[in-house]
Amino acid sequence: MDTSLPTFSLRNSKEEVIDFPSGNSTLLCFVKEDCETCQTIMPVLEALYIAGCNILVIGQTIEGNQNLINKFELTLPVLDDSSLKTSFSYNIEIVPTIIHASDENQEKIRLEGFVKTEWQKLISGFGTKPSVNWNSLPAWRPGCGSLSVQPENEGRLTAEAENNPIRARKLDLQEDEFEFMFDQGFTDGLPVIPPTEERVLRMLSGTHRDPQETIATVPPNMGVATTEKVAINAVMAGCKPEYLSVVIAALEAACTDDFNIHGVMATTMGASPVMVVNGPIRDYIGLNSNLSALGQGNRANATIGRALRLIIRNIGGAVPGKTERPTLGNPMKYTMCFAEREERSPWSPLHVERGFKETDSVVTLFGMTSGPTLIVDQTSTDPGQLARSMAMCLAHVHHPKAYSLSDTLLVVCPEHIDTLMRGGSYSKETLRQEIFNYAPKSIKDLVQNENSGVGISSEQLAAMPDEAQNRIINKFRSPEDIHIVVAGSDAGKFSGAFHGWVTGPMGTISVSRKID
Amino acid sequence: MVTILDPTNEHQPVKRDLATRHSNIVGHMALLDISKPKGSIFLDKLETLLAIELPDVTITRYSKPTFAKPAPEALREKIKSKNDFVIEALAD
Repeated sequence: MDTSLPTFSLRNSKEEVIDFPSGNSTLLCFVKEDCETCQTIMPVLEALYIAGCNILVIGQTIEGNQNLINKFELTLPVLDDSSLKTSFSYNIEIVPTIIHASDENQEKIRLEGFVKTEWQKLISGFGTKPSVNWNSLPAWRPGCGSLSVQPENEGRLTAEAENNPIRARKLDLQEDEFEFMFDQGFTDGLPVIPPTEERVLRMLSGTHRDPQETIATVPPNMGVATTEKVAINAVMAGCKPEYLSVVIAALEAACTDDFNIHGVMATTMGASPVMVVNGPIRDYIGLNSNLSALGQGNRANATIGRALRLIIRNIGGAVPGKTERPTLGNPMKYTMCFAEREERSPWSPLHVERGFKETDSVVTLFGMTSGPTLIVDQTSTDPGQLARSMAMCLAHVHHPKAYSLSDTLLVVCPEHIDTLMRGGSYSKETLRQEIFNYAPKSIKDLVQNENSGVGISSEQLAAMPDEAQNRIINKFRSPEDIHIVVAGSDAGKFSGAFHGWVTGPMGTISVSRKID
Repeated sequence: MVTILDPTNEHQPVKRDLATRHSNIVGHMALLDISKPKGSIFLDKLETLLAIELPDVTITRYSKPTFAKPAPEALREKIKSKNDFVIEALAD
């Protein structure tokens, strides 16, 4: 393995190019002007230089370098590393850092900050006798953080370094980047964060996935969504790096045959993914399950849902007016993601119901066409009464005469939980059965009539035997089509419900994915 | 100047030439029902009219399992291999 120090060519204050290595033993000292310890050691470095030591001071700002030269009347070479590339290539985390490079360009010693005894030892081994008043110097002083490791610089420097994981096409923009992204159709109609290389690299730090790993093939154009492309869209949506694993899991769920994101986005009914997150990651990334959980005002909720939508648009090509054909559409097509308020629920959380461990972090996607429609019931006091009251509202999903077609996602608010638990234990399954058993109808109840053309035609009904005409069907095909979670603030007796699309293998089936 | 990364899949659409247009409508014609409500009523009427206008054309009816998903590859291949023309009754 080559252990040679990185080569560089930097300019001194006279604009002369200084090359390293030179073939001679050299001291390299990385500094920045506003570091007090760096200022402390400047007279020592100047004395070393005057004593004949090969020394290069590498400063991190142009103005700071000049200030140091003026203040300490330096004659030694102070090199301009305002690009920070050399500091980065030497892995400088602290300034001052002094490195003794051998004449064979190997690192012999590296010291960070200032410890007088270490510096004395270093200088004595270098074979020069500089005129230094050691008694005037402190015994020890810590250094400062290098500019090359500050977050706003590190991403750029990583991008510029070798082994850059970025493979996406780079678009050099002369015009306003926000207008450009609108013009190119990259946005959902709202401004997006420009996905610069630095931002995307920072975003990629939020996952262990390889940047070029294929996360999913995204319909309708069957675009390949690599981790990098997902990260680009997550940046645009406004995500933090720690949200990325949720976005990845959601995309994996969306692009299954069960979920059928192609149909969900394309349908004239205007369906959209609704994301529910369970498990410890909720707290870790600050997802809201409490007040306004389904509304605006929380970055994680807003941007995770938006990221999935932008991925489907930009990588999959689902664009309204092209393959996306909603008659009305709905605001959920911008974003809809929230966490279950597991701590306020007396029941098993959604992900445990679906076979995951309580300690797992899981995202579940539902293909929903509308919601949340409010269930306003401030006066039911009996658990069964409230359950049937909710069922009464849910009997209108899609249309009062539309039966056994769709699922629903019921979001029960905490005050309704309290009412349900008033008599002691009231299980989620009891609530589900109460809703399922509410308002069954016979086939002949659902015949088309003068009030509504929804239902079966009178001709179809007439062709049926009596037994079939009188067959009883429920609003929902099975209790499993009634999904129940808990969310919302402690005040208010207002639960909510999302209405599904075509539920089942012919349309969409909700899908859960563990977040890794 | 700002440099951003392309958020799309970067694939250019495949350029396809239109199929050769026949001067006469003869041979086999597929009528594809995507399984939307009342699509079959439209195709029934269309088939009746085509049978009058194009008595020498053999019409075959096909249907997708669900309107909510793309047609299965096997169905697409079957329609392609056995027909010279296809009319798809799209939704809405």
